[in-house]
Amino acid sequence: MPDTPLQVTQPQSSAPETPSVVEVLTEVAKRSVLKVQDYTRLSVRAITNLFTRPRYLQDTLDQMDDIGVGSLPIVLLSGFFIGAVMVLQTGSQFQRFGQVSLTGDIVSLALVRELGPSITGLLVAGRCASGIASELGSMLVTEQVDAMRAMGTDPSRKLISPRVLAALLTVPLLTTISVFVGLVGGMVASVFSLRLSATTFWQRAVAILDFSDLMQGFTKSMLFAFILATVGCYQGLNVRGGTQGVGRATTQAVVVSSVMIIIADTFLTKLALYLADKL
Amino acid sequence: MDSASRSSTIATQPGAVPTISFEDVWIGFEEGPILQGLTFSTQPGETLVLLGETGTGKTLALKIAAGLLSPDRGTVKALGHEITCKSEEELLQFRRQIGFVFQEGALFDSLTVGENVAYRLEEDGATEDVIAPRVQEVLRFVELEHTAEMLPSELSGGMRRRVSIARALITRPPIVLYDSPTAGLDPITSQTIITLILRLRDVYGVTALMATHRLQDGFALANFHFDPKTRTVRRGPTPGMAQPPLTRFLVLRDGRIYFEGSPEELLVTEDAYLQRFLI
Repeated sequence: MPDTPLQVTQPQSSAPETPSVVEVLTEVAKRSVLKVQDYTRLSVRAITNLFTRPRYLQDTLDQMDDIGVGSLPIVLLSGFFIGAVMVLQTGSQFQRFGQVSLTGDIVSLALVRELGPSITGLLVAGRCASGIASELGSMLVTEQVDAMRAMGTDPSRKLISPRVLAALLTVPLLTTISVFVGLVGGMVASVFSLRLSATTFWQRAVAILDFSDLMQGFTKSMLFAFILATVGCYQGLNVRGGTQGVGRATTQAVVVSSVMIIIADTFLTKLALYLADKL
Repeated sequence: MDSASRSSTIATQPGAVPTISFEDVWIGFEEGPILQGLTFSTQPGETLVLLGETGTGKTLALKIAAGLLSPDRGTVKALGHEITCKSEEELLQFRRQIGFVFQEGALFDSLTVGENVAYRLEEDGATEDVIAPRVQEVLRFVELEHTAEMLPSELSGGMRRRVSIARALITRPPIVLYDSPTAGLDPITSQTIITLILRLRDVYGVTALMATHRLQDGFALANFHFDPKTRTVRRGPTPGMAQPPLTRFLVLRDGRIYFEGSPEELLVTEDAYLQRFLI
């Protein structure tokens, strides 16, 4: 160490030890397990907080406005055109067998069981998981989260639970709207492209649906909502490296939540089909 | 003075319970230990100036004192409670008795100045009849009454720090922790902030821990006092004051206490490292 104000400490040269492959892999595994553990703890707290006071009603309403109302335009637009394009793609195949009237059945089943929840989940994840991550990440790097804790507020109650609850309430509604608009889009395409009557389309689209189909779509949308909100919060509250880290967390939030939604969709579909057979 | 740390020669009030006490506190991160066996205590009404270069652990010490970080080892007591063994829920209650002024203010950027200042009272469920006059009072204290409806982004850096001070004192806490309150400010604005800290100490008698790398801030706190009767800042103790508030310096170097003593002792030191702060 320098003893005078202007003396500069000589740099000490020492060869850094190169870690072995096993050590690197062990470290990566440890970090991954820790991340899963932290994410699980955050998710459990987000849910348990909903059953105890204090609750932040105004924050929940604000988030419902942001996630629900804010996502409505993209859900409406994409829902309509997905329904229409499904009819265009499947209709040409049904025409070969003279079964054009089945178009309503296939569009309805696909939208309610699969495309409605997953497309809505992915769209809302793209829009809101990134927004949540960047908002919370910015709050973290500007010490607003610490300030909140310093003033006696639990950030998991104030920041996480309202977002999770808002997503749980609004994403199923958005999915319902998306499915309805998709059916409208399908109907329009059927009428103008396949010369199928609107009444036939709607009758078949409604008649084919069972309670299990509706439950499958509803359960998926609830799970996807939970995933996108918790992943967004987790990425935002684990930002490292200032504003650059916020950007990274935002991207990660979209990537991770989208992948998790697709993986969860596969397992839920299998489970739903299994239960539908059993019940 | 030798490089070894030394105890203060200032007589403390016999029998007085320390407001904050650190006993052999250690904390470290991936890059290594930061605080290494930090031991100190503050008496009621005392101002302890934590002085040190960037990265010596001043902010960490403040965050540990507020219970925002948990040390790896050691005991921290504040207001008669051992905070190192408290759960997060208990710490949230404890932190309501402490004011924390963050380096960049850490104001909630989506709330107005008035809402920022009122935050803690609103969290406590206070009514508007209680909140409004109290917010006016503390904003008047920091001479920013006119900014109540403005957003933090509309304020200058110095104004944001003053709002942060107002927010910290809204519940009249017995302890206020300042994290580099004048960092990055011009000399005149810095003087305004220091005057506010003086007023807070001499009007409300708060105990303060102030982290800074600016020696002149510490000396200003030691040498000047605010006279509530004449509402002026004057050199030396206020006439009629039974016992002027103590100001002590604690110089941190490499996570350890390098110097602990009065401003007078620091001024006459011949230690090469300490003299670098005096130049």
